[in-house]
Amino acid sequence: MPTISMNVNGTSVSAEVENRTVLAAALRENLGMTGTHIGCDTSQCGACVVHVNGKAVKSCTIFAVEADGAEVSTIEGQADADGSLNVIQQAFQDHHGLQCGFCTPGMIMTAAALLEENPKPTEAEIRDHLEGNICRCTGYQGIVNAIMAASGQNSAIAAE
Amino acid sequence: MYNFEFTKPTTVEDAAKAMSAEGAQALGGGQTLLPTMKQRLAMPEILVSLTDVEGMVGVSKAGTTLTIGGGTTHAQVATDAAASYPGLSALADGIGDPAVRNRGTIGGSLANNDPAACYPAAALASGATITTNKRDILADNYFQGMFETALDETEIVTAVSFPIPEKSNYQKFVQPASRFALVGVFVAKTADGVRVAVTGASNGGVYRWTEAETALNGDFSARAIEDMSGDATDMITDLHGSAEYRAHLVGVLTRRAVVASS
Ligand SMILES: Cc1cc2nc3c(=O)[nH]c(=O)nc-3n(C[C@H](O)[C@H](O)[C@H](O)COP(=O)(O)OP(=O)(O)OC[C@H]3O[C@@H](n4cnc5c(N)ncnc54)[C@H](O)[C@@H]3O)c2cc1C
Ligand code: FES
Ligand code: FES
Repeated sequence: MPTISMNVNGTSVSAEVENRTVLAAALRENLGMTGTHIGCDTSQCGACVVHVNGKAVKSCTIFAVEADGAEVSTIEGQADADGSLNVIQQAFQDHHGLQCGFCTPGMIMTAAALLEENPKPTEAEIRDHLEGNICRCTGYQGIVNAIMAASGQNSAIAAE
Repeated sequence: MYNFEFTKPTTVEDAAKAMSAEGAQALGGGQTLLPTMKQRLAMPEILVSLTDVEGMVGVSKAGTTLTIGGGTTHAQVATDAAASYPGLSALADGIGDPAVRNRGTIGGSLANNDPAACYPAAALASGATITTNKRDILADNYFQGMFETALDETEIVTAVSFPIPEKSNYQKFVQPASRFALVGVFVAKTADGVRVAVTGASNGGVYRWTEAETALNGDFSARAIEDMSGDATDMITDLHGSAEYRAHLVGVLTRRAVVASS
């Protein structure tokens, strides 16, 4: 089996994977990082979104061997070392951006990629950017509000 | 998914050599191939990754031609073609979702030729040339029906050259579950005339709507095609829409594309 090396959340790691192992499975099973969720496994739901070399990708739809040598960021790397939530995570908590939390890792990673390239998105831009992320619980308004708030903008419904 | 051998060549020559082996297949961004391998609709024995192949990524303009490397992602086309070919950039920006656009490539899309894919409409309407490791193929000869192209099994799409039209626009009626086009229409107004390409509608894959082209050559306005709709005879009927519905959409979207073209 091939051995791949990656830098995940700032730490160099290596893993022995099959060629057919997708990145999501390598993260979860080989590296024990179960923050990245597999919802659909058919490229539809976005629960598995991580960043590979700075770009948001669906980790169920890229082979781990394709990420050999890459820098990967996952939800586990989002909070500070002391465990305090980053601004997007905190905003999700404050604005009811999650209920069951299953979609949340993918939502946070997608939101982080959006704010990286567009620090002050409009509500329409946020909704457009979330096209590939499905949430079965929140009805999205809380998620949109959270991302508005995380970008320092007033959201329609303020946190209570 | 069945396992496979994996190779990651760095030159087009080595990739072509690897692809000539029995059971070998190219891997672009994987946004179509991985899902089909999971379903065992594709079972390659060897995957030849094009990710590290040199010279296959980038967008460059020379005169009135925009050339895009076959390995260029949809996201990069959306950004890098924005100034030179806004109609194409907007099309790329509307494919799937941001994560799909960060991986999926123009070469993969054109090689796959999904009957509901977006790029085939742009390539056909623009009169693009598809360049492979072996030859140049005009878009008019390239698309040969649903999932069928002029490519042979060992050919690699290395680049696509688009003559930049005077005006263009792509209108996509999104099928909300798949995010592909239920119907999509690309209108290009060039110095040599108007070209209208329709995707998502026909059992024969992407096609040119020549009746509309003739009318628009006389008068490039929505009025010129006011009462026209597509021919439903060989159109797709599925649970998302009937042939007649798609034929109607072809007319509506073409008019919208003409009005929106810039
Ligand atoms: C959720 C989702 C939504 C999508 N929505 C849309 C949409 O709205 N519109 C749209 O057009 N597409 C859509 N797609 C498809 C997407 O655009 C794919 O990226 C594209 O169809 C295939 O490109 P790829 O680089 O991912 O190719 P791959 O999946 O790697 O390969 C596809 C096929 O092309 C071959 N191939 C790949 N690269 C080359 C090459 N350079 N030369 C020769 N053969 C090659 C492969 O062998 C394979 O047969 C969507 C996909 C997903 C998962
Ligand atoms: S698990 Fe990857 S998109 Fe749903
Ligand atoms: S919070 Fe439950 S799926 Fe989104």
